Amino acid sequence: MIKNFIAKAGWPRIIIGLFLLSLFIAAPFVGVRVDTSLSNTLVRFGMNGVMVLAMIPMVQAGCGLNFGLPLGIIAGLLGATLSIEFNDKILALVLECVAKYNLAFMNEQFVIAHREAIGFASAMIIAVPIAAILGWFYGKLLNRVKGDEMMIATYVGFSSVSFMCIAWLLLPYKHPTMVWGYAGQGLRTTISVEGYWLHVLSDSLAINLNEHLYIPTGMLIFFAVMAILVWIFMKTKTGTAITAVGSNPDFARASGVNVDKMRTISVVLSTVLGAIGIIVYEQSFGFIQLYMGPFYMALPAVASVLLGGASVNKAGIVNVIVGTFLFQGILTMTPSVINSVLQTDMSEVIRLIVSNGMILYALTRRVRNGR
Amino acid sequence: MRKLFDIIAGNAVPAIFIIISAFAIPLSGYSASYLIQELLTRIGRNSFLILSLLIPIMAGMGLNFGMVLGAMAGQIGLLFVSDWGVVGIPGMVLAMLLGTPIAIILGIFCGNILNRAKGREMVTSYILGFFINGVYQLFVLYLMGWVIPVTNPSLLLSRGYGVRNAVSLLGIRGVLDNLIPTIVAGADRAKNFINMQGSGTFMALQIPCFDGEVRIPLATFLLIALFCVFIIWFRKTKLGQDMRAIGQDQSVADSAGIAVNRTRVIAIVISTVLACIGQVIYLQNMGTLNTYNSHDQTGMFSIAALLIGGASVSKASITNVFVGVILFHLMFIVAPVAGKNLIGDAQIGEYFRVFVSYGIIAIALVLHAWKRNREAEASRRSLRGNSNANREGE
Amino acid sequence: MSDINTKTTPLLRLEHVGKEYYGNRVLSDISFSLMPGEILGLVGENGAGKSTLLNILFGMPVISSTGGYEGDIYIDGKVANFTTPNQALAAGIGMVHQEFSLIPGFTATENILLNREVLNGSVLSYVFSPRVSTLNRDAMNQRAIRAINTLGVSINPDMTVSEMPVGYKQFIEIAREIDRKNTRLLFLDEPTAVLTESEAEILLAALKKLARKGIAIVFISHRLNEIKDLCERIIILRDGKLITDVQSQDISTREIASLMVGRGIERPRISLEKSTDSTNPGANPQQQGKPKKIKLALRIEHLWVDMPGETVRDVSLDIRKGEIFGIGGLAGHGKLGIPNGIMGLYPAGGNVRLFGKKLKLNRPRSALNRKMAFVSEDRRSVGLLLDEALFWNVTFTAMQVQGRFLLGIPGIFQIRNELAMRKETRKFIEALDIKCTGTGQKAGELSGGNQQKLCLAKAFALRPEILLVCEPTRGIDIGAKTIVLNTLKEYNREHGTTIIITSSELEELRSVCDRVAIVGDGKIAGVLPATSPAEDFGMLMMGQKFLDPETVYGALPSENANANANS
Repeated sequence: MIKNFIAKAGWPRIIIGLFLLSLFIAAPFVGVRVDTSLSNTLVRFGMNGVMVLAMIPMVQAGCGLNFGLPLGIIAGLLGATLSIEFNDKILALVLECVAKYNLAFMNEQFVIAHREAIGFASAMIIAVPIAAILGWFYGKLLNRVKGDEMMIATYVGFSSVSFMCIAWLLLPYKHPTMVWGYAGQGLRTTISVEGYWLHVLSDSLAINLNEHLYIPTGMLIFFAVMAILVWIFMKTKTGTAITAVGSNPDFARASGVNVDKMRTISVVLSTVLGAIGIIVYEQSFGFIQLYMGPFYMALPAVASVLLGGASVNKAGIVNVIVGTFLFQGILTMTPSVINSVLQTDMSEVIRLIVSNGMILYALTRRVRNGR
Repeated sequence: MRKLFDIIAGNAVPAIFIIISAFAIPLSGYSASYLIQELLTRIGRNSFLILSLLIPIMAGMGLNFGMVLGAMAGQIGLLFVSDWGVVGIPGMVLAMLLGTPIAIILGIFCGNILNRAKGREMVTSYILGFFINGVYQLFVLYLMGWVIPVTNPSLLLSRGYGVRNAVSLLGIRGVLDNLIPTIVAGADRAKNFINMQGSGTFMALQIPCFDGEVRIPLATFLLIALFCVFIIWFRKTKLGQDMRAIGQDQSVADSAGIAVNRTRVIAIVISTVLACIGQVIYLQNMGTLNTYNSHDQTGMFSIAALLIGGASVSKASITNVFVGVILFHLMFIVAPVAGKNLIGDAQIGEYFRVFVSYGIIAIALVLHAWKRNREAEASRRSLRGNSNANREGE
Repeated sequence: MSDINTKTTPLLRLEHVGKEYYGNRVLSDISFSLMPGEILGLVGENGAGKSTLLNILFGMPVISSTGGYEGDIYIDGKVANFTTPNQALAAGIGMVHQEFSLIPGFTATENILLNREVLNGSVLSYVFSPRVSTLNRDAMNQRAIRAINTLGVSINPDMTVSEMPVGYKQFIEIAREIDRKNTRLLFLDEPTAVLTESEAEILLAALKKLARKGIAIVFISHRLNEIKDLCERIIILRDGKLITDVQSQDISTREIASLMVGRGIERPRISLEKSTDSTNPGANPQQQGKPKKIKLALRIEHLWVDMPGETVRDVSLDIRKGEIFGIGGLAGHGKLGIPNGIMGLYPAGGNVRLFGKKLKLNRPRSALNRKMAFVSEDRRSVGLLLDEALFWNVTFTAMQVQGRFLLGIPGIFQIRNELAMRKETRKFIEALDIKCTGTGQKAGELSGGNQQKLCLAKAFALRPEILLVCEPTRGIDIGAKTIVLNTLKEYNREHGTTIIITSSELEELRSVCDRVAIVGDGKIAGVLPATSPAEDFGMLMMGQKFLDPETVYGALPSENANANANS
């Protein structure tokens, strides 16, 4: 029984899980509130969940771990900044439409009251097509370099981030809250989303049991919806074909499946999820981080899904949920608990060792039936 | 015709950089002597690190992103040396000697891990760099001064343990570069120097039509030259031959009785140890050690420089190293100023060179994978025999 | 026996050597001996046990890791039991494999002396290891030239292997073996397969020269004329047994051919009734008095296929509706290329008509859409999704191609119907007696025979009109073999499905099929009714020019007229 559970869950998860559990148990003794910690963990879970979800399609299609997540993040950043730049115009457009079509429940007050949600939605609406286009090219590229996807994905991510560094400086953004005050041009390194769509997801339906326990229900529901959508997608005819391509491309080809097309679809999906993920992250975090901000964002997402029990060529929703929770749990708990015990902040070091150790473990694991 | 095309295609990357530099140098407005001085310094500083990449490439293990492991080993050596206050050349040599065993252990560790991840060595060594970085930070930030005694309080953070972010290496700063002081200068200036310093301490070369002065880190150059000779010699040894064989076809090498895994580990160990020595040379020139950042970019910059020099993932030569270090650092020096003069923002040039570094690695990796997949296809085709004979019927 | 005399002690002696892989006997009771300087020809069909015998003699790890072998091997009268190839090399055994084992970027010299380089002595080599000594290129070149000269060819020792013609590569391989000082016994596995006729002649002359120097040679080839020309003695293997051991002047090529493929005395008979008794009217040409009734299922004209190692050059075949058609021939001659090419898995050209309508080649989807199904010879890498559940394996192709096992609106949103998938799979598990824990078990966990049944189930799930099956019984045990072949026959009878079976095992083809085509060198050597005598097939396989054309093509010139009428 226990043996079965261990075999199913795998040692890394059990060790990390027990470590996390012991941190929660130890928390009260060192003066850290469990409910606060739990709230923090949940918030970070919701923030990062969608980006971890972005790993699934590519892993399933056999494209490996998506170290190129920053590409999707860039699409998200473009969506986010553009939605602020044109916030007024978007609202005006929506108001115009409302006035024109005279919808029953959508009146002017309603639009004004929900202008943050509209701003947030507009960020998504702008980001998704950009991500799809970038993902399409990215997918075509990865189809040509089969076997080396992961390393190339890493450097595609890096070079696109550093390319965008130049772009953020040069693009003609004008909105005063976003550009450098003294120069009047060039985007700032961090841009606050306050007054636009700060916490639109997190605070909707949020539960505040007391001042310490806070559950960002809206964000969690959003994650759940995204997870279910991905889950359903993987069950469709196309999703089934993608899984088969990842499992054995020769089999898929002999079954009449267009392997390259399936891989491209998976990369597009992954990139789009990355774009959505970063916007969800920003609305909770409160800031848009530009320039080198997205640089290392792929690593935690990759580590999370692996921590959840995924391998380089198999990943599922459960891996995402378990992995994100464990990983974010550790990130939340180690600074607070370990700091209190040792009086120092070891969280960064623990993060480095755990996340990269997890990726190393996955890379060196012998693949069964050695393909 | 095809050969000519291959030559051009093979040297496209260096050619592009020469063109970029040709535009950027005048834009930057730097004087020739300043540029030459900067370049010579950087060649001395970086060449050794880049050369350490050659041997794993020869053994078919790709770009050794794990060279940062060696850099970290070198830094630990330097930390101890500056704690113990050993200065000058002895200090530098001691740092290398202290770093070497650590580098060997890390190299063996890295080599064995890579043997478990055949076919994805690069991404694995890349992640391994991050992982060991975590262990390094654990060691330097928590264990030093706590478990490992550190006597010099100026090295430690105010809390009493853990090493400060910036460690001054004044004791060994420039000791190798200035071991054989050499100056190349215009006639008048050289005389001034000799008058000022006394001709005994300086080797001074006079060049008639040259207005300016350039200091040459001669001893560093000699060390690098020695190392180049080592690489040339190494290629001629049995071990080098075995590595070349493994690099081309592991299974054939294995069936010929060559110990494949062991040889691969040796290649990584050599590379790691050389990176350790290279990092010590690099830091003696810089004069300060950024405990938590110095090694960070080492791997990326070295690899980018090598690739800009025209190397690929599977083929690299000593020429590639020097062409690469010159072109890469030329761009490094002039890009920010050129960017500032062109667009009025130094930041642009800064980002441009970061973009180029990553972009060039990305392109090199893509070209390599692409070429490899095409060659695999071509070799399959060559097995087919001539069924083409009947294709007219199509 | 204590008298040790090099004249009378055989260099190599095998006594009752046998081998079993997981209960599957591949070699039994092999005994023979070989004197220094003797050239022995080893012949047998694919799967006769030649490669297993070589693996044993060369100490390949695949033998020791599967429980070693039975019997004893003596070298110079002493028992030898090699567990690694290095031990065999040390004992003086050299082997030239079918695939080249050369480093492409190295020169001839570097390859010949690979890992046996001549080194300059140096102090360092004493301090560290000999590996840090430099290579003595001059001495290496001399040795390479000497080895090349022994073969009687002239190859520039500084030429890079990747730039060499194929024939040269083969000589380099052999030169590498004879450079080894102690090589006394040389195994050559089909060395002439890649050579032109003149190159082959040079090679045979070189081998004779080597034998005169006292090196014993074991020569494996399917070209019987070569064997007769070169070897003093010939050993024929069949079904893992030694059939004959004769002096080559005492046997004709025709006899060799018939012994190679001939029915073994103790061969496990596959208990199937011959298809001549079949009730299917279209099945048997012999009983087919009225040619009008013959309907063509598949007409292949001038097909070429670029399948590596199985090139098809120019194949034309007519396959009748409802028959079981066999394609046989030696490995590497292209028999596997035919079905793989028709199914679009490898680049192909020519004309293929399916029930009179042209089939689009090079697209697996187009063949699948036309109700053709395929069972690949490569179960593990093409045939199955090893990491997925059985029900995925069985229904995936049908789902993707025919849109079955799906719920929802086609083209807009369709989700897989796992209930229906499992139901279909359960049906086949029962029908084919697949041993598994359930429909959710991973395909990789099944035994070879059950995996093969799974592949059949996958093809049947497509409800095909034409079924192409490659090597249906390769690597599976005898019980599973019978079930697989019976299933195919039953399916043919019940559904009238046209079945094309490609197999290396001639006996099997003869027992199941109505007609059998033999492929040689990428072309059809001949088509015979399955009832023809075994030695006729053997002669076709050996590339011997055939007898009288009427028996070969089994009549039917009238088919053409019929086919044209259809199209």
